[in-house]
Amino acid sequence: MSKDVEFRIWRGEGGQGGFANYRVEVNEGEVVLDLVHRLQATQAPDLAVRWNCKAGKCGSCSAEINGRPRLLCMTRMSTLPAGQPVVLTPLRAFPSIRDLVTDVSFNYAKAREVPSFVPPAELKPGEYRMRQEDVNRSQEFRKCIECFLCQDTCHAVRDHEENKAAFAGPRFLMRVAELDMHPLDAAAEAGLDRRADAQDVHGLGYCNITKCCTEVCPEHIRITDNALIPLKERVADRKYDPLVWLGSKIGLRPKS
Amino acid sequence: MDSYDVVVVGAGGAGLRAAIEAREQGLRVAVICKSLFGKAHTVMAEGGIAAAMGNVNSGDSWQVHFRDTMRGGKFLNHWRMAELHATEAPERVWELETWGALFDRTTDGRISQRNFGGHEYPRLAHVGDRTGLELIRTLQQKVVSLQQQDFKESGDYEARLKVFQEYTVTRVLKEGDRVAGVFGYVRESGQFFSIAAPAVVLATGGIGKSFKVTSNSWEYTGDGHALALLAGASLLNMEFVQFHPTGMVWPPSVKGILVTESVRGDGGVLRNSEGRRFMFDYVPEVFKGQYAQTEEEADRWYADPDHNRRPPELLPRDEVARAINSEVKAGRGTAHGGVQLDVSSRLPAEEIIRRLPSMYHQFKELADVDITREPMEVGPTCHYVMGGVEVDPDTAASPAVAGLYAAGEVAGGMHGSNRLGGNSLSDLLVFGRRAGLHAARYAAGLTTRPVVDQAQLDAAAAEALAPFAEGGENPYTLHQELQQTMNDLVGIIRRAGEMKQALDRLAVLRRRAARVTVEGHRQFNPGWHLALDLRNMLLASECVARAGLLRRESRGGHTREDWPGMDRDWRRVNLVCTLDEDGIAVQRQANPPVRSDLLALFEREELAKYFTPEELADEQGR
Ligand SMILES: Cc1cc2nc3c(=O)[nH]c(=O)nc-3n(C[C@H](O)[C@H](O)[C@H](O)COP(=O)(O)OP(=O)(O)OC[C@H]3O[C@@H](n4cnc5c(N)ncnc54)[C@H](O)[C@@H]3O)c2cc1C
Ligand code: SF4
Ligand code: SF4
Ligand code: FES
Repeated sequence: MSKDVEFRIWRGEGGQGGFANYRVEVNEGEVVLDLVHRLQATQAPDLAVRWNCKAGKCGSCSAEINGRPRLLCMTRMSTLPAGQPVVLTPLRAFPSIRDLVTDVSFNYAKAREVPSFVPPAELKPGEYRMRQEDVNRSQEFRKCIECFLCQDTCHAVRDHEENKAAFAGPRFLMRVAELDMHPLDAAAEAGLDRRADAQDVHGLGYCNITKCCTEVCPEHIRITDNALIPLKERVADRKYDPLVWLGSKIGLRPKS
Repeated sequence: MDSYDVVVVGAGGAGLRAAIEAREQGLRVAVICKSLFGKAHTVMAEGGIAAAMGNVNSGDSWQVHFRDTMRGGKFLNHWRMAELHATEAPERVWELETWGALFDRTTDGRISQRNFGGHEYPRLAHVGDRTGLELIRTLQQKVVSLQQQDFKESGDYEARLKVFQEYTVTRVLKEGDRVAGVFGYVRESGQFFSIAAPAVVLATGGIGKSFKVTSNSWEYTGDGHALALLAGASLLNMEFVQFHPTGMVWPPSVKGILVTESVRGDGGVLRNSEGRRFMFDYVPEVFKGQYAQTEEEADRWYADPDHNRRPPELLPRDEVARAINSEVKAGRGTAHGGVQLDVSSRLPAEEIIRRLPSMYHQFKELADVDITREPMEVGPTCHYVMGGVEVDPDTAASPAVAGLYAAGEVAGGMHGSNRLGGNSLSDLLVFGRRAGLHAARYAAGLTTRPVVDQAQLDAAAAEALAPFAEGGENPYTLHQELQQTMNDLVGIIRRAGEMKQALDRLAVLRRRAARVTVEGHRQFNPGWHLALDLRNMLLASECVARAGLLRRESRGGHTREDWPGMDRDWRRVNLVCTLDEDGIAVQRQANPPVRSDLLALFEREELAKYFTPEELADEQGR
């Protein structure tokens, strides 16, 4: 069963532009990206959009659908309100390049500021032993497809350009949490204090646990509950109890 | 013009592993990729990475892995590549853990391994069904850690390893017979760029976007295959294209999206519309004896693999894809032209969600199907190209062009006529590392650097701007026609007449593609990008059709209705494509004889199914 639907798509370059209206045929089961492709093939061949996998796996096709940050390839037309135009705009928190494409380099810069995994000096490749229970938490965070929808939606960035320098955003605070919860990360031995850095370098304090990031995450990662709040607790523990820090250094890390 | 020691084209598993290696050899390395960093096709891999670590079944060893790989490829594989792959894969996986990867664990804390088609033992290291994401993220984070190291030393993250994201290479530049650099365009601005470099590693992945129904991403337009041909290198065995047996078939919007083989590895079964587990009817002669003959035996195998044979659902992919095709053709398919893949009656719901989270998610969100309660509808989808750039097995170097290397899906030889699941991710790491290492050695060993020739730059720029001339056709129309042609005429079952027809159509499409017209300007213009990709897709498609027409037998990912049998004489022949003024030329080339200690890993009786009596007699005579 096909029907025509109206699309209002923001078109322009470098932030200058406006909405263009299109009518396009929609068939059963289609997702928004199908319609963007149909428009490219028939009415708007130069309509700029990012996409790779069309299966919700690569996190390329992020945009805002009716004002809400979403993946174009995982949003089915049948889930949008019928009889109303579908409004597509680029991610608001990042500079516009063209049409639905934005400059997401902010995220790559932030990624570089988080010190990498530190391998334990005493273990050779092949000697790593970890229990499934102990890797579950970090594994949840590694489901992240870097769509940056959480980065786009977090009000600390979305409405405050000036915070960008000091705030890594939920995606990269979660990365800090992931490494801090990695059972074999040897950051402490290398003189790194991930918890102090979370607060002092990556701006954990800007997060006031509104959970908006969790709501938009297409991977259903519980960013706030499982990464940000525990990270805040760890920071607090560390601040008030020097023994925790010492304990973790000599292998007595309390179960947390 | 920027200048680097090694340029790696591609930031998937193979490209990143190559770049890491070349950088660790102390050279300056550029990685170029046409999408954002971390989004390469590798991210889509689901089931796992094959490596004979023996964590789940200690009977496993590189010899067993080698054997499975050769059987899967029907012995057309380059034996040396299969050997290197099997011996080095475990080190490459363990190394990932030291870079922060978190694989699923066994109860004793080691890396867990799962069953997969064609693998005798549980062998695939995995993270749920998102192994490719783990692989790409780990390599990406390793790149970042090397950049952090450089930052500490020099104040510049990109001092020795720089990623040029959303840059597309359209030409490899040469000086005489050797590589001199690369040329291409920047997606965002539409400006051209060129980089001088004595060594170029192609790691661009596959060609699936030439087919209509495919599991492959936007990037898979055969760029590396075409770049190699245009640079004077040769492509090997391009007729072998893998159709994965289980792609989604409904709704049309998602047709082709992959349903991971882990569904079957973890207990899922295939049924036709009559409810029959039809795979028991399709165990081919060469595999008789290795697969269960009754449902009871097959079901016992999951718990007791040492005393039962594996279910036929886990036959190599080419066999399963053909079986599904036959069932549907015989009228025993589902309403939407597929068959049923059922895991709901085999595992408890929680277990399904834990082991196959993305499949659960994918069907729920895209097809309104709850796989814990009902079967999935599946059918074959174009998935992987076994053919690719001809390389030296040890160094990944093209024998034809000095300074040109290839690794990953774009390289040929490793998988023979059919790739086993899980063997690609391990291939990326093993041969990505080798390509990076040898490219670095080559670059470091040069006394004079090649010089980039202005005339080549001008010609490349003119070629890239041609689609802005007015009066031609829309590139999207051509792309759709190409996909339909390849799907209908050079698909899973092939016939001489249809392949000839395909070649005629490709010739017409090539003429039309030379005159496509794009609208708009050069900044981030998808129409223009597609227009430039067409050249590559057409070259790769022509290789598939020409080689397919020539190979008069059925083997692995090449099934001829008019030549249904496997022919032992053809096993000795590789088909090699090159590009000359008249277009693609295909030549026969001898497949090098397998080293005798490796042949000795097989029973004579099994070898006799693949090798001619003369070959085996030679062997005994040695
Ligand atoms: C859905 C799916 C599931 C899979 N699951 C598995 C699995 O479980 N196990 C397994 O072993 N294999 C699996 N495979 C196969 C495997 O994922 C691929 O074969 C493999 O990832 C290819 O990796 P690569 O490094 O060769 O290239 P890719 O990861 O595809 O990377 C190609 C790179 O080249 C770049 N590129 C291409 N052309 C150009 C150009 N002209 N200029 C600049 N850059 C360019 C791209 O941007 C990209 O960065 C799966 C494949 C699919 C589609
Ligand atoms: S929970 Fe914190 S990080 Fe997430 S959106 Fe709210 S403020 Fe931002
Ligand atoms: S945490 Fe979720 S929303 Fe944020 S980038 Fe990752 S996948 Fe996207
Ligand atoms: S295209 Fe990959 S997530 Fe949408």
